[in-house]
Amino acid sequence: MLPRCPRLLHDSLRIAAEEHPDKLAVITDDQRVSYRELYQQARRLARGLQERGVQRGDHVAIFLENSVETVVAVYGTLIAGAAFMVVNPQTKADKLAYVLSDAAAVALLAEGHLSKVVAEATEQAPSLRTVLTRGPLTSGSLTPSTAREPATEWLDLDSFLAEHPPEPRDPGVVPIDLAALIYTSGSTGNPKGVMLSHQNMVFTQASLVEYLRLSSDDRILNVLPLAFDYGLYQAIMAVHLAATLVLESSFSFPAKVIKRVNQEAVTVFPGVPTVFATLLSLHRDRPQWMPSVRRYTNTAAHLPDDHVPGLWQMSPDALVFKMYGLTECKRVCYLEPELVQVKPSSVGKAIPGTETFVLDDDGNPVPPGTTGTLWVRGPHVMMGYLNLPEATAHMLKPGRYPGERMLCTHDLFRSDDDGFLYFVGRSDDIIKSRGEKVAPVEVENVLASIPGVKEAAVVGVPDELLGQAVRAYVVLDQGTEMSERELRRACMARLENYMVPRNVVFLSELPKTGSGKVRKKDLLEAEQR
Amino acid sequence: MSEIERDVREFISENFILDEEELNGDASLTRQGVLDSMGVLELIMFVEERFELKVPDEDTLPENFDSVDRIVAYLNDRLATAKR
Repeated sequence: MLPRCPRLLHDSLRIAAEEHPDKLAVITDDQRVSYRELYQQARRLARGLQERGVQRGDHVAIFLENSVETVVAVYGTLIAGAAFMVVNPQTKADKLAYVLSDAAAVALLAEGHLSKVVAEATEQAPSLRTVLTRGPLTSGSLTPSTAREPATEWLDLDSFLAEHPPEPRDPGVVPIDLAALIYTSGSTGNPKGVMLSHQNMVFTQASLVEYLRLSSDDRILNVLPLAFDYGLYQAIMAVHLAATLVLESSFSFPAKVIKRVNQEAVTVFPGVPTVFATLLSLHRDRPQWMPSVRRYTNTAAHLPDDHVPGLWQMSPDALVFKMYGLTECKRVCYLEPELVQVKPSSVGKAIPGTETFVLDDDGNPVPPGTTGTLWVRGPHVMMGYLNLPEATAHMLKPGRYPGERMLCTHDLFRSDDDGFLYFVGRSDDIIKSRGEKVAPVEVENVLASIPGVKEAAVVGVPDELLGQAVRAYVVLDQGTEMSERELRRACMARLENYMVPRNVVFLSELPKTGSGKVRKKDLLEAEQR
Repeated sequence: MSEIERDVREFISENFILDEEELNGDASLTRQGVLDSMGVLELIMFVEERFELKVPDEDTLPENFDSVDRIVAYLNDRLATAKR
């Protein structure tokens, strides 16, 4: 008899399929899939992956837009005993190659229309044996590289699923095994793979639905990339609850999303400040009405206090949750919605089953009102970064008990007399634009690699809609001429959309310290003059 | 190429850093990462100003704006009805 309580992340899908087989699991533009179907497809994928040699502990990459297939891929990978990594479909070849080879991914599910990027990336990922494509391939005929043995085989995903029975072998995974790798940008330039175990994620899914007060009756919208942990967990929570996920590929057409919210009676609307700013500007133009929404959730950046009344105008029954977290533990804290106007700038208190501490540099608690560094303790804390012991040691330090590790967020916080947390600032130079992390050094590296560019410095400047906009200061090689447009276009080919500098300022030289480091503060101050 | 199409292509390639030549008429603009929610709103604003019409909320859908061909078709439709 199988346990009723999930122990592994995909147990929730099995339980949902057993208890609510006909309930709608995922709704997209063109598909409406029940739990029974979702589970069967995931099991077919698992069997197919196993037939292709995917073993317990292997890593499978998912390079798909938000779709039913992405959710199938997540759970299918888990059922096969492997760990999944969802990669943003806007990722270009170099970075895709980097993550595939860092993770030594053995299989990749990808959009057919991204086959050009995939083909280029897979040249540098020798571990990859299987590519499953969704939809027609763009380029003409693609021959797998024969330069190395065994060659990577490219197969059509739909046919692959149809070919394999929903009968995977039990891979014997235990809760402390790896479930997911979530890549996150870091100040050092290359993305880092956050390692999360089944245990981490099973704990987290339960804590989230508890404080968000969700049930199986909820209909959860997701417009955020499933490559982003915030988006991913909308799907995970839905499955855990046997609720319904209303999946959109993006928030590109806000009016369409609003229409969908009403058509599908969406009850949970997760967003980042950019999404809410866009919604509210539409609402100002012409009143929008989304009466079914009973939860708005916000994270990634601060939700301006004056946004909340607007959300209530659109959805009078909604509770608004201001939250803070980081990929390294998924979520840290949340503000009880009843306090959203009582403690307006606060991000609240630790999520259920976890604790937080605001400490000084010596590790001692600071008094209320004093700024310190936020530390996190709980079962949600990552196992570490893949292949990066030093970066891991930077974030995880020994805790109270042997083997325990506490997470140092390296973010500056203070608490008030009632113990409520307030975000003060980052201690690194990561830019948050549209709710996404942009590492200046990553953009600087790309700029510097463009022929004609001598050097570049990238900073975040405040922007009403984006939160922060990415700005590049560029020094060109002597005698070179290049337009802002050309530079931005070159960046587009190498970076995700949200990382491309919004504008470029050309300088004859960058202000530097005695030791040669760029004085970014001076650049920002020059702007304000 | 109609004048409408020329104007639309010019706006998109200028503001969304794409080469006019690269801009396939039927290729999805959001899928190419060219348009996101910010970009769609800018595009709507351009269309309203340049072609002197108001785009109602219910028209801001991928069917009408997610590719050059679709934008041109939408505009042709709107401008034809306006003339009557």
